[in-house]
Amino acid sequence: MTTIGLTLGPVLFNWNADRLTDFYARVADEVDVDRVHVGEVVCGKRMPFTDKVWPAVIERLQAAGKEVVLSTLALPYNPRERQSVRDICDMGVLTEINDVTALPALSGRPFLVGPFVNVYNEGAARFLAMRGGVGICAPVELPLASVTTIAGLCPDVAFELFAFGRLPLALSGRCYHARIHGLHKDSCQFICDRDPDGLAVDTLDGQKFLAVNGIQTMSHGVTAFCPTAEEARAAGLARLRLSPHTFDMTAVAATFRRRLAGAIDRAEAHAALKALGLPGELVDGFTRGVAGSALAESA
Amino acid sequence: MELVCPAGTPAALRAAVDAGADSVYCGFRNETNARNFPGLNFSDAEMAEGVAYAHAHGARVLVAINTFAKAGAMKSWADALAVADQAGADAVILADLAVLDHAARHHPRLKLHLSVQAAAATPEAIKFYADTFGVRRVVMPRVLSVEEIAKLNAAIDVETEAFVFGGLCPMTEGRCALSSYATGKSPNLTGVCSPPEHVAYSNDRDSTATRLNGFTIDRFGRDEAAGYPTLCKGRFVAGGKTSYLFEDPVSLNAASLIAALSKAGVTALKIEGRQRGKGYVAEVVKTFRAAVEAVEAGRDEVEVGRLLAGLVEGGRQTSGAYKKTWR
Repeated sequence: MTTIGLTLGPVLFNWNADRLTDFYARVADEVDVDRVHVGEVVCGKRMPFTDKVWPAVIERLQAAGKEVVLSTLALPYNPRERQSVRDICDMGVLTEINDVTALPALSGRPFLVGPFVNVYNEGAARFLAMRGGVGICAPVELPLASVTTIAGLCPDVAFELFAFGRLPLALSGRCYHARIHGLHKDSCQFICDRDPDGLAVDTLDGQKFLAVNGIQTMSHGVTAFCPTAEEARAAGLARLRLSPHTFDMTAVAATFRRRLAGAIDRAEAHAALKALGLPGELVDGFTRGVAGSALAESA
Repeated sequence: MELVCPAGTPAALRAAVDAGADSVYCGFRNETNARNFPGLNFSDAEMAEGVAYAHAHGARVLVAINTFAKAGAMKSWADALAVADQAGADAVILADLAVLDHAARHHPRLKLHLSVQAAAATPEAIKFYADTFGVRRVVMPRVLSVEEIAKLNAAIDVETEAFVFGGLCPMTEGRCALSSYATGKSPNLTGVCSPPEHVAYSNDRDSTATRLNGFTIDRFGRDEAAGYPTLCKGRFVAGGKTSYLFEDPVSLNAASLIAALSKAGVTALKIEGRQRGKGYVAEVVKTFRAAVEAVEAGRDEVEVGRLLAGLVEGGRQTSGAYKKTWR
């Protein structure tokens, strides 16, 4: 029986070069994941600061036996951002596309499809598979039952679920971090770096609701889908994605491994995750086909 | 310039055609279109009648089949394409790779437009849709400035259509799961945003709270009219500040930019509002018809602004992402 892979998704937040270097050194040495995505996905304005760290990070991760994937921008539009997508596709490393912009540049080579590409059905999955898509991380709002249906009809594609972290919910042309600080996107002062796990957004009645990360809006809650390997396989999944945060990702990966192996039950996995000082409650509604903000069921 | 106008009902379609619409867009009464609200949209027979009416009066019908097909249930979307084709629709507006692929293979007569829900914002993405499916027109994502649209038009061979009036999403459309995070329903999943069955208005303390599945979206004083709780137009608290974080409760009005959009190479101007009644549609279409004619005749913006003054009373408006300062 095939094992369920653990993927460390790309860092969605504005972490500076030193933080990224330190983080990935730790990932190489101690985080028990088999695949690691690197690269800037959210905001092209951050790229000049972080581009320089990637060659050494990739080398370090590969030396540690990790499979490295380059993730592309989810919303490229200026010439520099579009060029970066082409450059990444030409680097000879497995690429995850997060926008259709990358498809022509890949010209038939194998690639992965990220959660920002709208794959809601088997037709879209087959279409991408025909062009070289070998793995698909489902859009975050797609119910697990739909992923299972698609996976059953597309046996040649490895399906992945966004299983842990604040959920990336929306992208905008507008930067909300800049807006909160009275700035415009074009002169943002890269102020999103003040909130390395996102900035909490509460309702007027104090309900914990969302979080902003530059042009991205995320969930306040932290999604946690913690199946055993058997449950994951039955659902048609090949991999689970863990999304990087500032708290102890070594412990997150270890918890998911133990749960996949059936060594702990779901309630124990949730308790272990909650003990890490998460920025929000555990949620899992999307996987159940209900509101994504619904609290995770431990039973 | 072509004026593309909304029709949520057969009556609105006739009103739009009569008021001078070059094209009318509408959808079927199911989850295949992104305005899947109760009491709206067209049956198969109404679609055929609508197309016949429009064609008899020299107007075109564009059928929006612009949601993402449900896994294992492609049939509704395939049926919608077949009915639109049979009804004689001039084009279909699509977003999903699966629906585009199906249309390109099985309905070669249908002209394909790429919906704003596909969020194609680069020459590479647009060329991909054009080369792969034969897409002939792209609706511009509402995150681009006029300057960016001009550059994009210079780099592509297909027509572009730009929203100029009506509801405004501050998020990139087709990439937004805020509504499903709060309620379980969203544009991509079910063709709705901030769905009415999850809306509640409650009077507590000295104000009225508007809520979406329990989440407070805004509060209004006793003497204020409580607006509909569209999630991204609410007031929230972040970084110690209370604000309309994502967007003020404004609607889009780019009437002052008609000439600029024309110069940027835009083929068609689109009015949002399939949820609006026929009276509203008739007035907006008539006004925009006059504005477009004024621009094409080289008359100045002041006059265009005066033409539209009647539409803007009460509501606050923005030109949105078309001006870079919006960001």
